[in-house]
Amino acid sequence: MGDIQLKTSGQLHDVLVIGSGAGGGMTAYTLAKAGIKVLMLEAGPFFDPAKDSRQLQWPYQSLRRGGNATRAMGDFDAAYGGWEIEGEPYTQKGNTKFDWFRAKMLGGRTNHWARISLRMGPKDFACRTSYGAGDDWPITYDEIKEYYDKVDRLIGVYGTNEGLENDPDGVFLPAPAPRLNELFVKKAATGLGIKVISGRGSVLTAPLPGNTDRAPCFYCGQCNRSCKVYADFSSSSCLVIPAMKTGNLTVVTNAMVREIITDNNGMATGASYISKDDMQEYVVNAKTVVLAAGTCESARILLNSKTAQHANGLSNNSNVVGKYLHDSTQTGGIVVLPQLMNRPRFNEDGVGSLHLYAPWWADKQKLDFPRGYHLEIFGGMMMPSYGGYFGFEGSLVPMLNGYLPDAAGKMKPGGGFGKALKEDYRRFYGTMAGFGCHGTDVAKETNYCEIDNTVVDKYGIPVLRFHYQWGEDEIRQAKHMHETTQTIIKAMNGIPLIAPASQENNWGLANPGKGIHEVGTVRMGNNEKLSAVNKWGQSHDCKNLFVTDGSVFTQQSEKNPTWTILALSMRTAEYIVDQKKKQNI
Amino acid sequence: MNRRESIKTIGLASITTALFDACKSTPATKTETSITDETGRQDFETVRDKKLQAEAFFNPHEIATITILADIIIPKDEKSGSASEAKVPDFIEFIVKDEPEHQLPMRGGLRWLDVKCLNRYQTEFKGCSPQQQLEIVNEIAFSATAKPEMQPGVSFFNKMRDLTAIGFFTSKMGIEDLGYKGNSPNQWKGVPPDVLKQYGLEGV
Repeated sequence: MGDIQLKTSGQLHDVLVIGSGAGGGMTAYTLAKAGIKVLMLEAGPFFDPAKDSRQLQWPYQSLRRGGNATRAMGDFDAAYGGWEIEGEPYTQKGNTKFDWFRAKMLGGRTNHWARISLRMGPKDFACRTSYGAGDDWPITYDEIKEYYDKVDRLIGVYGTNEGLENDPDGVFLPAPAPRLNELFVKKAATGLGIKVISGRGSVLTAPLPGNTDRAPCFYCGQCNRSCKVYADFSSSSCLVIPAMKTGNLTVVTNAMVREIITDNNGMATGASYISKDDMQEYVVNAKTVVLAAGTCESARILLNSKTAQHANGLSNNSNVVGKYLHDSTQTGGIVVLPQLMNRPRFNEDGVGSLHLYAPWWADKQKLDFPRGYHLEIFGGMMMPSYGGYFGFEGSLVPMLNGYLPDAAGKMKPGGGFGKALKEDYRRFYGTMAGFGCHGTDVAKETNYCEIDNTVVDKYGIPVLRFHYQWGEDEIRQAKHMHETTQTIIKAMNGIPLIAPASQENNWGLANPGKGIHEVGTVRMGNNEKLSAVNKWGQSHDCKNLFVTDGSVFTQQSEKNPTWTILALSMRTAEYIVDQKKKQNI
Repeated sequence: MNRRESIKTIGLASITTALFDACKSTPATKTETSITDETGRQDFETVRDKKLQAEAFFNPHEIATITILADIIIPKDEKSGSASEAKVPDFIEFIVKDEPEHQLPMRGGLRWLDVKCLNRYQTEFKGCSPQQQLEIVNEIAFSATAKPEMQPGVSFFNKMRDLTAIGFFTSKMGIEDLGYKGNSPNQWKGVPPDVLKQYGLEGV
């Protein structure tokens, strides 16, 4: 017998769920609560925020003081993985570049995300009808509203009901008060006619009714480290671990899926995976398979699951799998507010999500691009760390001190050293404010990921190759973002910390992928020639295969996708329960 | 701008640094103490940290020069101690191994400074009088007014100053100096009313 063995389990599970992020977690939770026996495969290690979070550690408890040599978003950030993972490459087509962020761990990217939890609106689900761009979803807001409501109650989200047309209200916990710097931005934006409202975030600002496993927020502002008391939403803490407690969910970690296996009739029978623990090959069997490995990884698994019946890859008779990949457009502005020099000190950590934002405000204006974006507002006295204070105003103090009079009221050239410089670091501390603009990219068939058959990862699995270019509409949208942020900065008399953008750099538009909101590669639709799954997330070509991550989005909006992934995956899971009762699958 | 992502690059990477041939150095013995809590850390991270801590990049002469410069940049004052009292040289020794892009600019910059002092004062920077040290630092500490021939020193000093400030203000001493009050459980009720009044933000 050789060193590598193929191990096949005789056990037949009710449902196999591939992936443990927002979509996989919600699917497994809903099914397990309904009494269905579920097996979950997760490519990374087990992660429990209660034990594994680095919450409340000080920068000096990190040799790199929070620097990002080993974790893309800093040493304390919860994400295991990043833009590049050793031995798991991806390639690019032509001169395009897509940045692919992967968190390989229980709960996936939900452990470190900003918890910004926005519903898509009625016009977003009818994008083509409302805006003349992109495609309409096969479902309406009214059809998904009850699931958004249920997600709000199950997981908890703060916010304020505003009665806006395309930014639906929810079942909200109290919204946290803004920080000082954020109020300056609110005042300036409001003065320009931009309506600024409370953020909406999945953080427990009050006890969650009926839930004794999670404690309310204690306001350390460190949601990106994941929360030891489960006060914010991670799929690990709020869905997978509770589902395991029902006794109906078994989780296999470090299980990197190669492909979904189908029988001679083209039906899914399970999946094969490599265990990173013993490097052996395994096959598991299930009556129903749910794919939720993340937008790009799910496309990869489907495209790698080729058989005689599914010659173009699984669920890909339409030839759309991998196509219509789209991420949020993203730009931003960072500004120092001179009026806050020597500002009062107090604990201003707040929540680690959003205190204030401006929903898209300009639908009724005449614009040279379709759809829109929102403004996320932030600022305050950040924890001094490499990437914290010293990622924002701190590193720039020896330049900024040339723009403003010193403590004695005298102008001097920027730079310096000694006691005067030491005093400048104190004076500038906590003067930064900023905004992130996140907007809609209209999904395009020409932006895609596909299998690069010339390259395999260290497990021998063919990798993804990306082709993604922003369209003219997205670039014009970025110009509008730039003009908005520059106007707000001016209204605040702020010193901008980022060089003015121009046509040459697409008005500061970040690279595709950098928004980490990529969706659309396994799009849903009623027409099986134009979509991969139906409005329930069920494969058109393989009836016992479902997809429940962001890949099923027909068309994203400017809203961050997680809340919609949770609502859709809950809806699909309930549909699976129903179909099993009716013995249709 | 993605605020979830470390954007230290806007500060540090925007400062161009002249490159010089690295001079050969003999490794010094290192006595850094490990302060890392292993909670939630991946195996490869722990292994990497231990390996870096066991290595030495700067030689004793370089570390002594870094220590003098760090204390010129952040001296002791009535509010807090100096950079060396906050163990900034230890941080710089670690971070140049953790982020190797600093190695050549630091090593080359230190040598540029020594040679400049040797030509001008007939001794390396470390051996100069405090007045001489301040004199040359003054010529490389203000990028807008520095003479063209001092630009290599300006680039080096920009990096040295950044690493010193990061090391100092992320130490316990430096965090207390800045007056950061967070990182502890509390009830956030918003900006105190007197502060809102001070900035005319009541009712915003």
